[in-house]
Formats: sequence, C-alpha cells, structure tokens
Amino acid sequence: MNFTLLVTTLLTGIAFVGIVVILAKLISPRSYNKQKEEAYECGIPTRGRSWMQFRVGYYLFAILFLMFDVETMFLFPWAVVMRSLGPAGLWSVLFFLFILVLGLAYAWRKGALKWQ
Amino acid sequence: MLFDFNVISQWLHGALTSVMPEWAAILTESILVALAIITLYAVFAIILIYMERKICAFFQCRLGPMRVGKWGLLQLFADVFKMLTKEIISMRQSDRFLHNLAPFLVVIASMLTFACLPWNKGAHILDFNVGVFFMLAASSIGVVGILLAGWSSNNKYSLIGAMRSGAQIISYELSIGLTMLTMMALTGTLQISEIVEQQYAEGWNIVRGHVPAVIAFLIYLIAGNAECNRGPFDLPESESELTAGYHTEYSGMHFGFYYLSEYLNLFITAGIATTIFLGGWAPLHIIGLDGFNGVMDYIPGIVWFVGKTLFVVFLLMWIRWTFPRLRIDQILALEWKYLVPISLVNLVVMAIVAAYGFHF
Repeated sequence: MNFTLLVTTLLTGIAFVGIVVILAKLISPRSYNKQKEEAYECGIPTRGRSWMQFRVGYYLFAILFLMFDVETMFLFPWAVVMRSLGPAGLWSVLFFLFILVLGLAYAWRKGALKWQ
Repeated sequence: MLFDFNVISQWLHGALTSVMPEWAAILTESILVALAIITLYAVFAIILIYMERKICAFFQCRLGPMRVGKWGLLQLFADVFKMLTKEIISMRQSDRFLHNLAPFLVVIASMLTFACLPWNKGAHILDFNVGVFFMLAASSIGVVGILLAGWSSNNKYSLIGAMRSGAQIISYELSIGLTMLTMMALTGTLQISEIVEQQYAEGWNIVRGHVPAVIAFLIYLIAGNAECNRGPFDLPESESELTAGYHTEYSGMHFGFYYLSEYLNLFITAGIATTIFLGGWAPLHIIGLDGFNGVMDYIPGIVWFVGKTLFVVFLLMWIRWTFPRLRIDQILALEWKYLVPISLVNLVVMAIVAAYGFHF
C-alpha cells in the first residue's frame, strides 16, 4: 500500500503541474513581438553567452558536501540501533566521527572554506 | 482518548470493496488521496501567502492587503486567477525542455515531502519505516529543479541565483541531516508515525532530549530557513541585485509553481520541526496534572499539528522580517565553520545522553 501511495503522490505532482500549465496555456492571451523573447537582464541587449564557466568556489563546497553527506548516510542506521548497541557501538562511532572531523579540519586548514 | 483516523480509512476501504473489486477500490482511494493532496497543498499555500503578507505588513506598521474582500481575504484568490490568465512566455535562447521540466521537479519534491507529514493519529499519506530518511531524500530533489531553472534560462542573473541557491541548499542540508540524526539517536526509529506515537507516550522530544534537543531545534530552524531560500538567507533571489534570481525568466503559472513550492517548503520545514521536536499531533501534557491532560486530549490531533506548525511558521517569518540579508561568504562560513561543528558535537552529546539514559 505504501508504494501505491508513493506512486500516487508522484503522479499527483506531475498531473498537477501538467494540467495547470495546459489550462493556463488555454485561457491565457497570446501575443508576439521580438523583444519579448529576449533574456530579461537590465533592459539593454545581453552581451556574450550566459552558459559559461563558473567560479570554482561553489564546486568546492559541493565536493565537501558530498563527502559529509555520504558519511551522514552511514550514520543513520547506527542512530536507529544505537540504544541496543550500548557503549561499545557509541565509542566506535565516536572514532568514525573523529575521522570525519579530521576531514573538515583539513579542508578548513587548507582554506577550502574561505571565500576568495 | 485521541481520535484515530484509521477508523475512517478502514471504513472507507470496507465500503468500497463491498461494492467494487479490490483493484477498483484501490484506484478510487488513490484518486481520493490525490485530490486530498492537491487540496491541502493549495489551501496551505494560500494560507501561508496571506499570513506572510499580513505579518510582513504588521512588522512594517502597514495594514497589508485590505481591498479585496473583508481584511483582504480574497486577495490571494484574485492573485491565483491573475496568474492563471498570464501568458507563459517561452524564451528564444533558452533550453526549452529543461526550462519546462524544472517546475515539475520543484513541485514533485515539495509534494513528496508534504505527503510525509503526520496530520493526526493514523492520518498520514506516506509512512515508510525509513520515513525521515525518505523525507530528506525527497526534499533534496528540489535543488535539481532550481539549478535546472537557472541554467536553462540562459540568463546571467538566473545562473548566479541558481548557483548561490545550489551552494546554500546543499550546505544547509548537511545541518538538517545532522540535526535529524541527533534526534534519531534519541527516538531510535525513523518511522514518522512511530516517532509521534513515542512523543505522545513519553513527552515531546524537545523536552525529553533537553539541552542537545534544544540546540538541535535552533540549528534546524536556521538551516530550515536557509533551505527555503528565505529570511536572511534569501540571496538566491535577492530582488535588488538579481531581478528575481533563478526564476527571473519564468512567467505566468510557471512562476506560480515556484512561488507555491517556496511557501509549501516553508510549511514543510515547520511541519518537520513540529513532527520531530514538538510532538506532531501529540497534545500538550504536563506530568502530574491529569485533569489538564484530559482536557488537552479532547482537542483533535489535527488542530495540534496545524497549530504548532503555524506557530513555527510564524517564528520563521519573524526571523525573515527582522534580520538583514547575508552575503554568500557569510552564509557559507556560518554553515561550515559554526553550524556543522556545533551539530557534530551536539550529535555526540545526544548519543551519550541517549546511550546512558540521561534523557527524560
């Protein structure tokens, strides 16, 4: 039943957007002129391409995020069974967290967290 | 005792299977669920937008919308119809396919998360045994939609807005994940209905987990605000510098979906905070005051849930209209240099509290 509901919710989302967009296209007025289809930046014509290389700072944070997020994912099963594992499980995960923090400390030290 | 919504769903299932075959009953129920989702989605978006306008106005000593209907109550419906009758303009130089695909992703992400909220005892749509994990996974689809929107628009402002938004959302998702992890160490289950049942029996998590839970709640509020691109973290669409950020090139109902999902994400963030920290539909109980607890039990769970959620929404709006906008480097420094280390330490503290039974 749960997966039926999951598929229902997904289809609801798709149908909601699809139907409303089609409805809006049916009832909205339409007109055409050349300026209307230009990109809206400052009012003057756009110069150069907009699909360009972007500063590397953003990607650095994305890589750091990837590392941390995968490790958080590993911690979820531990959090659920933590009570039954007792102190032994707690201390081994603390060691894991320590290594995780070393990674953050390294990135911090190397200046990856500084915005230049 | 609190009303159990399972009574209604079981009665409905029984009534439907008695007049039609099993598959048709399930199909009918799915359609009813779909209608319920769309209705709730639209109703809460409208409530939140009205609330935001009024609260923003009162914070600035204005009255807000007053003309359409009593106290401007019909203003939002007028706005919806206005937006519906606006032309959806397709740009000449944009990537058409991705441009049209992006609103779908944003709405699907918020709808999947919305369906996870527990409204009452037994009244939840999606309830997996990995519920919280699923909720985090579903909510992070939204960032793909935002990045696609910025990229496909072929507009420099949109691209800048989308990249800022991407960096901000994925960074703050880390804090959200860690605070959830902290609370899961306390509850020991990922199933949302079970988390609420537990809080109904043993008290709200924010009280049970005392110090680490309060810290986790505060971090969650900050990170959740950033996740919705709101408040002091609204620089992805900072209107004074980037026109409107990643949805500059969207018009009519396409823009409407971004607007809708933005407010729904606010509601969902508050709803998750309510579910995980403030007891979901569990009424306020004070140990020792049995009469008071009995009276509180007469108030239906859905009133508790919506009431607490709107309270958290009000907190987030208060933050939004009080603090000035941060710069991108300040935002990332706040997350990586303060919130992540604090939440890691907090996780360790909570693990010790839970493992040695120091909680209530």
